[in-house]
Amino acid sequence: MSIKVTLPTALARHTDGLKTFDSDAANLPGLLTEFDAKFPALSANVKDENGRLRKFINVYVNDEDIRFLGGDAHAFEDGDEVMLIPSIAGGHCGARRWLSYPYDESIMSGC
Amino acid sequence: MSYSCNLYELRCNECGKSFGNRPLSACDECLAPLEVQYDLEQIRGKFTRESVAAGPANIWRYKALLPIPEGYEPDLPVGFTPLVRARGLGKRIGASNLYVKNDSVCFPTLSFKDRVVSVALANAQAFGFTTVGCSSTGNLANSVAAQSARLGLKACILVPADLEAAKILNTQVYGAQLVRIDGNYDHVNRLCTQIADEYSWGFVNVNLRPYYAEGSKTVGYEIAEQLGWKLPDNVVCPMAGGSLIRKIKKAFGELIALGLVEPKKVRFFGAQATGCSPISTAVKQGWDYIEPQKPNTIARSLAIGNPADGPAAAKMIRETGGWAEDVSDVEIVAGIQELAETEGIFTETAGGVTTAVTARLYAHGRISPDETTVVCITGNGLKTTDALEGRFEEAVPVKPKLAAFDAYIKAFDGNLDALELELTGGAR
Repeated sequence: MSIKVTLPTALARHTDGLKTFDSDAANLPGLLTEFDAKFPALSANVKDENGRLRKFINVYVNDEDIRFLGGDAHAFEDGDEVMLIPSIAGGHCGARRWLSYPYDESIMSGC
Repeated sequence: MSYSCNLYELRCNECGKSFGNRPLSACDECLAPLEVQYDLEQIRGKFTRESVAAGPANIWRYKALLPIPEGYEPDLPVGFTPLVRARGLGKRIGASNLYVKNDSVCFPTLSFKDRVVSVALANAQAFGFTTVGCSSTGNLANSVAAQSARLGLKACILVPADLEAAKILNTQVYGAQLVRIDGNYDHVNRLCTQIADEYSWGFVNVNLRPYYAEGSKTVGYEIAEQLGWKLPDNVVCPMAGGSLIRKIKKAFGELIALGLVEPKKVRFFGAQATGCSPISTAVKQGWDYIEPQKPNTIARSLAIGNPADGPAAAKMIRETGGWAEDVSDVEIVAGIQELAETEGIFTETAGGVTTAVTARLYAHGRISPDETTVVCITGNGLKTTDALEGRFEEAVPVKPKLAAFDAYIKAFDGNLDALELELTGGAR
């Protein structure tokens, strides 16, 4: 069984820039345990002092908030897409895409 | 993409880490929301009742306490909406010292969102964004569209697809790019956080959120000034994301700290629709967290099932000795009509929520009749007329002749008499 995990840019600094990776975790606690081994810096960042996911991070499974699915008890299924997003995420200085409007690299200086 | 300012900066609410001034909403250490913090000592003595009175009749009279970059000259006369004594509504619900803060007439787009957007866009320009955006339940969309048009910024606005037609039209008319998302507000908001992560756009309620939220403080400054530089006993405030109610309290705290008002413990009361009541539920249950809900209410402007500032708002309400209530869709419509019939103020569904919750707070004895209470009405009824569809019979056209009018009025009065007879059981 394999799930696809997606991180926001703010957290990818703890994974050498990796924003998407596969995991065989069976549930959310299992995924956090996997972070301990694979990405200790990420683990330290997203977990509170009790080893639980910080309250400011929301977890979505196939676009559904995991809290509607049973939270920690929810069993991931093969092919699930699991996304971690800080509750008021967004906002970093290294945007990569600028589709229809011109983008001036110089305005990003000082970030 | 940052600017320096020695008067205010972003700081983490949880761990206290400083971030200067940049388009950022969450702490990179503990992921908690960031908030603008001021060095009030620098403002002390400069921000006085006199300096405020000498300012323009809009929110910029409080510019010294807003995160506005140095040298930025605000353009639009936003805010400074009426605070009206609500004797009619008060009589109906048993309140003798009731006021309505009427942001249904806020300039330029008839909701309190004009306040937050003007502060956010000042910062968007300072950071060099040429495209701005937002996730919105409607009022924010209208305001971002209008104000970005005025400032010459491009706007891309994301809304739930089922939004009221008037709110969609009121966004498109300004030339903004409106994207209807097949989902509820929480889906839209999550998508916007991902977009803000990828595109170099200034999302007023995502990466500009700490600045945006500060604009809400102006509601608090105005209430205090319009009460003659006094704080009320109670504030009743609608809650969607949970930000406004907290910022009014922050505003009162700053005015106390700077000596413009006497210290006073103001109680804060939150209002939600039962069909989307994560914050009022948390207050009632005494939780320090929010259990997200799937919204199902006509009060779409309050339909945020996973409110970003919900936990902090719930905690704050309880700490002030206040309370939160939620009301049904039927009560919301009744609330809209009650405010219109008693005060001549036509508010949107969110205002119906606030009015109905206020009535309940008095009915349940949570607010005493003689206490000074301010009810925050945040949006205009013309944007949600669909909520009142079918409430009024279509009037039959009367021929333009006096005799026809006489007959019409007699029939109308006859109906009223019959109705009164029915209600009183003939006891008159």
